[in-house]
Amino acid sequence: MRRPPELDRAPVPAATVLIRGARVLDPRTAIDGRADVLVRDGVVADIGEALDPPQGAEVVDGEGLHAFPAFVDPHVHLRTPGREDEEDLDSGTRAAAAGGFCAILAQPNTAPVVDSAPILRSLRERARAEARIPTGFLGAITVGQLGEQLTEMAELADAGAVAFTDDGLPVRSGGVMRQALQYQRLAGRLLALHEEDSSLSGQGAMHEGEVSALLGLAGIPSISESAQVARDCAIAAYEQGRIHVQHVSALETVEVIERARAAGTRVTCEATPHHLLLTDEAVSSLDTNFKMNPPLRGEPDRQALIQALRSGTVDCVATDHAPHAREEKEQPFELAPMGVTGLETAFAALHTGLVLPGVLDLALLVERMTAGGQPFGLPVPRIERGAPGNVCLVDLDAEWEVGESGYESRSANCAFAGRRMTGRVRMTIADGAVAYRERTFALGAVA
Amino acid sequence: MRRHLLSIDDLSRDDIERILGRAESFAEVSGREIKKVPTLRGRTVINLFYEASTRTSSSFELAAKRLSADLVSVKSSGSSVDKGESLKDTVQTLSAYDPAAIVIRSPHAGAAALVARWTRASVINAGDGKHEHPTQALLDVYTLARRVGSLAGLRVWIVGDVMHSRVARSGILAFSRMGCEVTVCGPPTLIPRGIESLGCRVRTTLDELPEADVVYALRMQHERMDGSFVPSLREYAAQYQIDGRRLRPNQLLMHPGPVNRGVELAAEVIDSPQALIVEQVESGVVVRMAVLYELLAGHGAPSGVRAQPATEPQPA
Repeated sequence: MRRPPELDRAPVPAATVLIRGARVLDPRTAIDGRADVLVRDGVVADIGEALDPPQGAEVVDGEGLHAFPAFVDPHVHLRTPGREDEEDLDSGTRAAAAGGFCAILAQPNTAPVVDSAPILRSLRERARAEARIPTGFLGAITVGQLGEQLTEMAELADAGAVAFTDDGLPVRSGGVMRQALQYQRLAGRLLALHEEDSSLSGQGAMHEGEVSALLGLAGIPSISESAQVARDCAIAAYEQGRIHVQHVSALETVEVIERARAAGTRVTCEATPHHLLLTDEAVSSLDTNFKMNPPLRGEPDRQALIQALRSGTVDCVATDHAPHAREEKEQPFELAPMGVTGLETAFAALHTGLVLPGVLDLALLVERMTAGGQPFGLPVPRIERGAPGNVCLVDLDAEWEVGESGYESRSANCAFAGRRMTGRVRMTIADGAVAYRERTFALGAVA
Repeated sequence: MRRHLLSIDDLSRDDIERILGRAESFAEVSGREIKKVPTLRGRTVINLFYEASTRTSSSFELAAKRLSADLVSVKSSGSSVDKGESLKDTVQTLSAYDPAAIVIRSPHAGAAALVARWTRASVINAGDGKHEHPTQALLDVYTLARRVGSLAGLRVWIVGDVMHSRVARSGILAFSRMGCEVTVCGPPTLIPRGIESLGCRVRTTLDELPEADVVYALRMQHERMDGSFVPSLREYAAQYQIDGRRLRPNQLLMHPGPVNRGVELAAEVIDSPQALIVEQVESGVVVRMAVLYELLAGHGAPSGVRAQPATEPQPA
């Protein structure tokens, strides 16, 4: 039996913070009401009324704010090593903390690819010096993500790989996927899958539909995703393995996953805020901040994703935060790279786009945004006595414009750039330490 | 009319008719011995071509010269584009010469719209990827109107590789706007899903071709043969070639050029009096003169006053 996966971050002192008078909402512990929350020495020490601050505690005025368990993002690209001009561990984790996240999982499609234990160890070492919130790293399924030879998954798991993925690329060969699932019995870690049949995607730059027909852009059909998911669900069932489908985008895929689950296949999945909120209509502008893979799909797909998020078919929200350099995105649509940033806007975008119009319950959104570590065997943040301090403090009434005061991320390719949002993270406590405080949010008084 | 011509969608039917009327008057000038008019004297037009082109680039050059503009032609090979300069930097460099218009041909959809964000000049889309080729559609409409008068109610069949054709997309929009009923026809592998949303019917055989008033054949590009879009040129020709048997005597034939003889068109129809192919080429110059005139000197751009951008170029 392998040890549970571990996350890394730079050493920080454990915080003692008393949040006064916020509305505390944790769907898992069924707290929903005004209370004080005391985090002492990094641990939730008490929840109650009119708590006394211990000596030296920071007292934060939570009046009018909400306190949620902080969020977990199972899918970010920190571009390190190799493209630190786009994102590094410091900026990426700062962006995450600013979005209310207390833990993130980084994908291995870096340069070099995280496909061996020495690379993973050096990356973890760097995270222990730079990361502002606990960060986990996935290893590649195949060497160089070339889809041919399995990585040394057992050694990688021992070196701390949280899971395995070739994200950015599908595992093309069904035979290799089968071997990876067989080998999972030894490595004991989840396989997170970027699902796409490359031969169906072709040179596609956006969703195949009316908008691509109008623009003359090659389309990526929904079946490119759903057919591959069907294949991998079948292989996972046959090998009794566990898979996690990354960034589900198509209605057909939701149906495939529902059928597989009903048949007992162990498959979990995630959806991104941009797929839950935007459609291929947005691409009409040919703004490259709407170019990502999988692409923004049609309105029926979006509605199916929302329904699946509600029903639990979609287990969790993942941002697929994918920073790109400005000069790479300032190109014609077909040439620009796939991917958009999303850590700093995830909660606000979903709150504005789904909760405020009454489409999704606030508590359910918090549940799905905190569930990202669960498929990977990571603990779920909770606000309860004795739990590690993972709390984000959110002003649900604050209005702001995305990008108006820049980004914590080193990149600005946000799909929601320029949009008005309602709801802003004021403070994030991640694993017992204050990881983020909004610049305009006053420091609490010290007791 | 707007400051740029990026898409047929930018044009109302009135806009199109005004351009056609203007082209008509330039056609009269073209019949004279001295074909030049002084309209754009002292102003600069830049032709920026990222793709090989004979008809479009030469007709834009002639159009600019006949309007007395100073003309600079930049081709991607032999320019700093070859050295890896980005589109943005190239456009900003050329914009420093204060051109009145930039004519851009690019292999990528949306390139002209991007250029419009980065320059104060009027931008004319001379073909952006498989998206649009608005001046081609305008000259097609012009050519057809000269032959038949009103286009209202005409049945136009666009036949061939619709998927990879910017001519088809702009054509569908322009012919429909002028009141034609447009049908696209081609192998199912070369008809993009969702094309009906542009306002056309879709057919995959020529069975109903006799109903057409106008047959507009598209170029079948040899390079498309690799993608197994059609099994062979032979099979394509057998199913879709417009030849003397398929073209009825009352039908007109158009083609954007260059023609693959023996593939999409049989030799006998190319040389028939029903073919408007040569007229299309002739129309290219006067229609492009009309477009330059409309954007730089005509409606919405008072003479003597340089058109100012409606919005400042964004500091992208």
